[in-house]
Amino acid sequence: MTDNNGEGRLSLPPWIKTTVLTIGSIAVTMLGLLFITFIIGRVMPIDPVLAIVGERASQSTYDAVYLELGLDKPLVVQFLYYLWDVLHLDFGTSLLNARPVSEDIARVFPATLELATLGIFIGIVLGVPLGVLAAVRKGSWIDQIARVLALVGYSMPIFWLGLMGLLIFYGILGWVGGPGRVGIFYVDVVPSVTGLILVDAAIDGNWNVFKDAFSHIILPASLLGYFSLAYISRMTRSFMLEQLSAEYVTTARVKGMSEWDVVWKHAFKNIRVQLITVIALSYANLLEGSVLTEIIFSWPGIGSYITTALLSADMNAVLGGTVVVGLIFILLNIFSDLLYKVFDPRAR
Amino acid sequence: MKQFKLTMTAGLLASALAFTPVVAATPDNILVVAQNIDDIVTIDPASAYEFSSGEYVANTYDTLVRYDATDTTVLAPALATDWSVDADAKTVTFTLREGVTFHSGNPLRGEDVVGSWTRVVALDKAPSFILTQLGWTNDNIADMVTTEGNTVTVRYEGDFAPSFVLNVLAARPASIVDMETVMANEVDGDMGHAWMNKNSAGTGPFSLQTYRPADILSLSANPDYYQGAPKMERVVIQHNPEGATQRLQLEAGDIDMAKNLDPGQIAGLEGAEGVRVETFPQAAVHWVSFNQKVDALTDPAVWEAARYLVDYNGMADGMLKGQMEVHQAFWPEGFPGALTDTPFSYDPEKAKQILADAGVETPINVTMDVISAPTFVEMAQAIQASFAEGGINLEIIAGTGAQVITKYRARTHEAMLLYWGPDFMDPHSNAKAFAFNKDNSDDKYASTTTWRNAWMPPAEMNAKTMAALGEQDAEKRLDMYMELQKETQAEAPFVIMFQAIKQVAMRKNVKGFVNGATSDYVFYRLVEKE
Repeated sequence: MTDNNGEGRLSLPPWIKTTVLTIGSIAVTMLGLLFITFIIGRVMPIDPVLAIVGERASQSTYDAVYLELGLDKPLVVQFLYYLWDVLHLDFGTSLLNARPVSEDIARVFPATLELATLGIFIGIVLGVPLGVLAAVRKGSWIDQIARVLALVGYSMPIFWLGLMGLLIFYGILGWVGGPGRVGIFYVDVVPSVTGLILVDAAIDGNWNVFKDAFSHIILPASLLGYFSLAYISRMTRSFMLEQLSAEYVTTARVKGMSEWDVVWKHAFKNIRVQLITVIALSYANLLEGSVLTEIIFSWPGIGSYITTALLSADMNAVLGGTVVVGLIFILLNIFSDLLYKVFDPRAR
Repeated sequence: MKQFKLTMTAGLLASALAFTPVVAATPDNILVVAQNIDDIVTIDPASAYEFSSGEYVANTYDTLVRYDATDTTVLAPALATDWSVDADAKTVTFTLREGVTFHSGNPLRGEDVVGSWTRVVALDKAPSFILTQLGWTNDNIADMVTTEGNTVTVRYEGDFAPSFVLNVLAARPASIVDMETVMANEVDGDMGHAWMNKNSAGTGPFSLQTYRPADILSLSANPDYYQGAPKMERVVIQHNPEGATQRLQLEAGDIDMAKNLDPGQIAGLEGAEGVRVETFPQAAVHWVSFNQKVDALTDPAVWEAARYLVDYNGMADGMLKGQMEVHQAFWPEGFPGALTDTPFSYDPEKAKQILADAGVETPINVTMDVISAPTFVEMAQAIQASFAEGGINLEIIAGTGAQVITKYRARTHEAMLLYWGPDFMDPHSNAKAFAFNKDNSDDKYASTTTWRNAWMPPAEMNAKTMAALGEQDAEKRLDMYMELQKETQAEAPFVIMFQAIKQVAMRKNVKGFVNGATSDYVFYRLVEKE
């Protein structure tokens, strides 16, 4: 197609340009992410062969695995081989458990997804109203409580809070389940459809498993929710204070509009876009996996999977995990952009 | 903020006082264990080489002879009922036990024995060196291990004591697998290796029910086990890397056994209702070694002085209480041939005198690598303090296990704080590590403490190690190992300090748990709940 001036330029519809740009941006980001992670893995002072064969294997066994891993080839060649496999959706085999990395990720990611989703839900449901209230009642006792909650959330070690939570609600009160995703009676009772135990139990109609799984997830999810709450409520308060001091709010009040409408229909409406960014970031952080929470609660999630792999130079597992986490960030970014357009006409 | 913390603490205490612990109970027929199992790389006995995978193999597979749950210090008949040794012909002939079946129901055959060992040699995974010590290779294994009817004949190359050969054949990679089932699941010539990482194919008291790495390992009782079905219908090992939560689970009654409690957590269980702690001596010995590529550490006077710069009793009675006991020789106490003398004690003045007499200039400044795990780092700090008293300043370098081993293998460390556990229960396994070095060249890698510290033992010590390996007289052989231990105590650049102890906390109604000296001797088949 040529334009009327015969300059030979292609004229593509805007949506195609946007799609191509988005895909290009994702590809470049992922490539960069993979390359950096790959290099970090190779410069770490850990021998990946030893992680597989153990410290007492014979030299011949060591050499065989060294060649099998392709470590005799130049770094760039190793990276290109890896890239080729990834493009074919082959993340390789984990050095640490001799299983396909894709199988491992399919096992650990749903555990993190389930925990993070419930956690962010708690963070939003409690954090947003608390932030709004703290802004509206600035300086009041509600504001002080919100501040203290946020401060504790920021400063208290999650390890300590997790252990105390377990001690009180599990060890002493017996209100919640202990470490692990379900009690011993319910392991593998419902067929795994989604990998999310609550959802699988609901699909199966097995409400005993659902209740047990809920009793196990509620404490770690509340803990993660609390940390999200701390961040979300502080940011919400700050955004709201800015809006509440704007002239249009004063005008609305002067016109006699109810305080509820001023706050929720006008001021809050205008912070939604900023809030989406904050929530998306919080959610993405939770989806990366919270290593300490996963350790304390014996939660087989992606955070401890990647960390253990990294400490043992299991680069296939690390890179596979990195791809997943990178994709999450990118997808949440795209999703946030879409929501901006829904909530803010200027972004369309 | 301070007031808030006080209020919160008061609230917690009030809650703690107001409520009594809620104690659940596990089913009578299921043993629930909390354990850190993220060390498992594979569960195929041809490649399993970690602590947790060793425990798994011990409970799902059998060997022809083994150190059994009923007495983990005596080599007893297992899948072989008897055997005869012809030392001149270098052969051992085993008679297989009749009526034994694999988990699949297939009967045990001589072909399974030949196939299992051939498979280990062919796969050439980490523990294969244990079997190939007998002179077995891919090319000769068909001649070295043969079967006829109900017998299996094993040939070996080398001057070995019969007890050494039997100990090798009692080791983990010598486990017998159901070759018919395994080969039926072969993919791309892997001899069933991938399948064996998700399934069991043994004759052991348990079979694998579920395994998800760093999550769960569940075993089902084998009702047809030749020594009788286990009392527990299932053993469920839940991955839990955190001792503090293991303790909570144990006190709450949600688990029967907690395997990874530190001394503080064990002490905290004192007086806890329904819980007891059992102690099991372990085979691992802990030591400090000096790399002979470092000039400052090559003088034997430094090694000798260092032996007087460890507060053995102070550490064992204090920070290591319940975890380690003083032991100063390479072969662990409790096993035939162990030297139990403890000639060294903490004496910084004597150490200084030794260094002065030898004309060694102090202070000596070197680095010491250590695995960054709670007990090791604390040990390193204590040793750092006591060494400094004698003029040896250690700079501690803590790293992950993989980092430390990488450096150790490359011989780029200076001093090293580490431990050694035997690969199989024969004194040669440790003698080879501490008193023998065939070739100290950089390109002649050996996974021994001697080579890794670039130390070439005196020729007589090397010769004596090999002589002990081939000594046919059992009593004389043990005496030779005692002598070797004395010699390394006096002449080697190692300070052997402690022998490990394992403490396992369990519910009081759990009886019959056996935890031998290594992970290969951890048995659940005799466990019952009262």
